Amino acid sequence: MSLLEVKNLTVSFEGRTVFKDLSFNVEKGDYLCILGENGSGKTTLMRCILGYPVKHEGIINYNGFSRREIGWLPQRSESKTDFPASVGEVVMSGFAGRNRTGLFYSSAQKRQARANMELMEISELKNRSFKELSGGQQQRVLLCRALCAADSILLLDEPVTGLDAAAQNELYELIKKLNKSGMTVIMITHDVARSVKVGGKVLHMSDDGYYFGTAEDYVNTDFYKNISEVR
Amino acid sequence: MEMLQTVFSYSFAARALIVGVLVSLCAALLGVSLVLKRYSMLGDGLSHVAFGSAAIALALGVAPLKISIPVVIIAAFLMLRTGGKIKGDAATAIVSSSALAIGVIVATMTTGMNTDISNYMFGSILAMSREDVFITSAAASVIIIIYIVFYNKIFASTFDEGFALATGVHVELYNSLLAVLTAVVVVIGMRMMGALLISSVMIFPALSAMRVCRHYKGVIMMSALISVAAFIVGMLLSFLYDMPAGASVVVVNLVIFLIFSAIGKKNA
Repeated sequence: MSLLEVKNLTVSFEGRTVFKDLSFNVEKGDYLCILGENGSGKTTLMRCILGYPVKHEGIINYNGFSRREIGWLPQRSESKTDFPASVGEVVMSGFAGRNRTGLFYSSAQKRQARANMELMEISELKNRSFKELSGGQQQRVLLCRALCAADSILLLDEPVTGLDAAAQNELYELIKKLNKSGMTVIMITHDVARSVKVGGKVLHMSDDGYYFGTAEDYVNTDFYKNISEVR
Repeated sequence: MEMLQTVFSYSFAARALIVGVLVSLCAALLGVSLVLKRYSMLGDGLSHVAFGSAAIALALGVAPLKISIPVVIIAAFLMLRTGGKIKGDAATAIVSSSALAIGVIVATMTTGMNTDISNYMFGSILAMSREDVFITSAAASVIIIIYIVFYNKIFASTFDEGFALATGVHVELYNSLLAVLTAVVVVIGMRMMGALLISSVMIFPALSAMRVCRHYKGVIMMSALISVAAFIVGMLLSFLYDMPAGASVVVVNLVIFLIFSAIGKKNA
């Protein structure tokens, strides 16, 4: 059974159809890149998957996990620039939604947070102030927070936007490492070349339909040709 | 030191000290969340509503706390409605100035602008009755306990509302909780600091702490420390130089803020 099944999903806002009859599956261990121009409905789809109150028709099935256990990495925002918080505090907040009964973090959660920080190579930043880190470091911290919230699936919203080339590569490597270790990754991105290079699956959304399939087949479609010509 | 002992050997002063420290602690804790959520003006808006309702209660001959607490909680909800966002500072401005105006009209037409009214405007910590002290201390203690118990959830929903919501934190619930607690602090603090000054006591310590601390927990602790220290120093000044207590506390907070800003700039 697929980890995540989206069947005939249709969303309209004020009479305008954002996307129609969208269907795709995400299997365990997949690396799915979601492409598409601005306004093609990528963000709306993400909100549907996360369970935000978006009016929609169709079915989203979460098999073996709750939608609350999706490790979400939101788009980078500049609004946190004056928030006083240490890296450790930000990472631990990934667990905040998981403590149904206990109000404080357990020692098992603290251990897991340490392991995740090790994995994201941010252990030495633990006591640093989040707002003083570079963009790339901040993204790694937020990815680590997402790991604390997730068991099996990550949803990344344009994770490398605004980072310099070195930081972009570094983050892509970390995501690849996570995927190799069995984590399912869904990534919204503008980076067509990278999506093809990753070699997983591609969901390309556009105003006239969508493509869903392997990256291998994707390069032979008009979706790919059109978007590559534009660039 | 001897002076301190003399000052607090009066029972009214000892009562004032206990209440003041507890209210200062609550104000400081909630103030950090208010500042970080960009709700700094919420306390100010609510304090005007608290004053208006207290004036009406005095005119009706009812204990002000009994009327003010529910009224201010409702006002807090109105200001925070629609997904926990203030509908614009305009809403806050309208509600607060209207409540203040109604309060002043009711007061002048009934009891007149007497000492009682003035006490609620500028505070009268020394005129608090035994019952006032009891209610205020109890409410303040409950608020501190609630804040500690929900500390992690409050942090998560303050730092990143969207992420917290997606991972199943009841962000709305904690925003409402924050609104209710703020409302209660404003009402109980109004008796002590005065409606015109209570909101600054909530905001100042948080802002000062944020000049020098880089961690959330550090900001919370420092804010609490500053708040209590400013209160005690302000009270002493008020005793020694016969200054109004509430205003003295605010001025001490201002001085601390200026010093911390300078330190913060130097370290940056």
